[in-house]
Amino acid sequence: MPVSTTSSQLIYDSLKANGTRLLSALPETWLVHLIRMAEDDPDMTLVRLAKEEEGVGISAGAHLAGVKSAMLMQNHGFLASINGIVSLAHLYHIPLLMLISYRGEFGELDPWQTQGGGVTLPLLDSLGIPYDRLDDPSHVTRRIHKAQSLADAALKPVALLLCRDLMWEEAT
Amino acid sequence: MLRIDALNAIYPLLEERIVVTIMGAVSAELQSIGHRPGFFYLQHAMGLASSMGLGIALARPDLNVIVLDGDGSILMNAGGLTTMARYRPDNLLHIVFDNESLLSVGGFPTATATGSDIEGMAAAAGIPRTSTVRSIDEFTEAVGAALEAREMTTIVAKVDAIGPKAFLTDLPLLENRFQFARHLRGTGDRQ
Repeated sequence: MPVSTTSSQLIYDSLKANGTRLLSALPETWLVHLIRMAEDDPDMTLVRLAKEEEGVGISAGAHLAGVKSAMLMQNHGFLASINGIVSLAHLYHIPLLMLISYRGEFGELDPWQTQGGGVTLPLLDSLGIPYDRLDDPSHVTRRIHKAQSLADAALKPVALLLCRDLMWEEAT
Repeated sequence: MLRIDALNAIYPLLEERIVVTIMGAVSAELQSIGHRPGFFYLQHAMGLASSMGLGIALARPDLNVIVLDGDGSILMNAGGLTTMARYRPDNLLHIVFDNESLLSVGGFPTATATGSDIEGMAAAAGIPRTSTVRSIDEFTEAVGAALEAREMTTIVAKVDAIGPKAFLTDLPLLENRFQFARHLRGTGDRQ
């Protein structure tokens, strides 16, 4: 499976360096290594979800209890979480770090991912959620740190888009 | 059984613990009995009170967490029962007040009115201890036993579809949120 182990490790290490102690996740192809890393790490609480919106509640609880967390999900999981984002994370000013695999952008091969890909950025914009792309290893650590800083300072959700160029190693 | 009587009966057990409630009647009634800094009322995001309770319980094993849920809310996050069951933190007690109704929004019947069984769903999801109670005595005993057992429990309390006249209280959402967070960060006295 050509999901980049190196990039996944870099993302995972950056989250750890940021103080993330709890990750909620629903598997999707690009997230497999990240989920395994969390699973193998005795210092990380991994919460496997039935549906992504639960992760908003879990992260909100963890935050109020003083524990840093992040959500790992596909952009369709973000779509499935929107009510929780608006009526919990926004309403109650919860810093929520969302790592969203950005399926359906240029380079996508799966037809079923393309509709969600097309609405991801307009939805982030209309929800007023600040976001940045992770598409090159050189900026991963810095952008994760900055995203967490803004979430903590603003007490609001922020998103990082895990992009194809970072996550997927095309056969050469 | 009236929910307000049930809440009154267990209030001494709630008082010093961490409590997360759903919106509407449960929140207004608990506040009418007495707000405490360890009580958080999720006034929207229907379904997510149980997920919040799970998040607190997993993040802080040193705290005792009680979720006051409702039939309409847990049906909206039924998959969350499987997540609670999967991790089954022994510091989490999940109470569902089942009035077979969406009381806060017109009293329309939920699926429990036509036989859907929340205790059965919780047990089938894998929650280790479950029960359904119909009287104040049964309820008080079940809550006391669950707190003693130190094992993840879902208690379904069948209550009448009667609530307070108004749901709005004088506690602003954000005051509740910041007070609760400050309380959680400054406490860790698991009974």
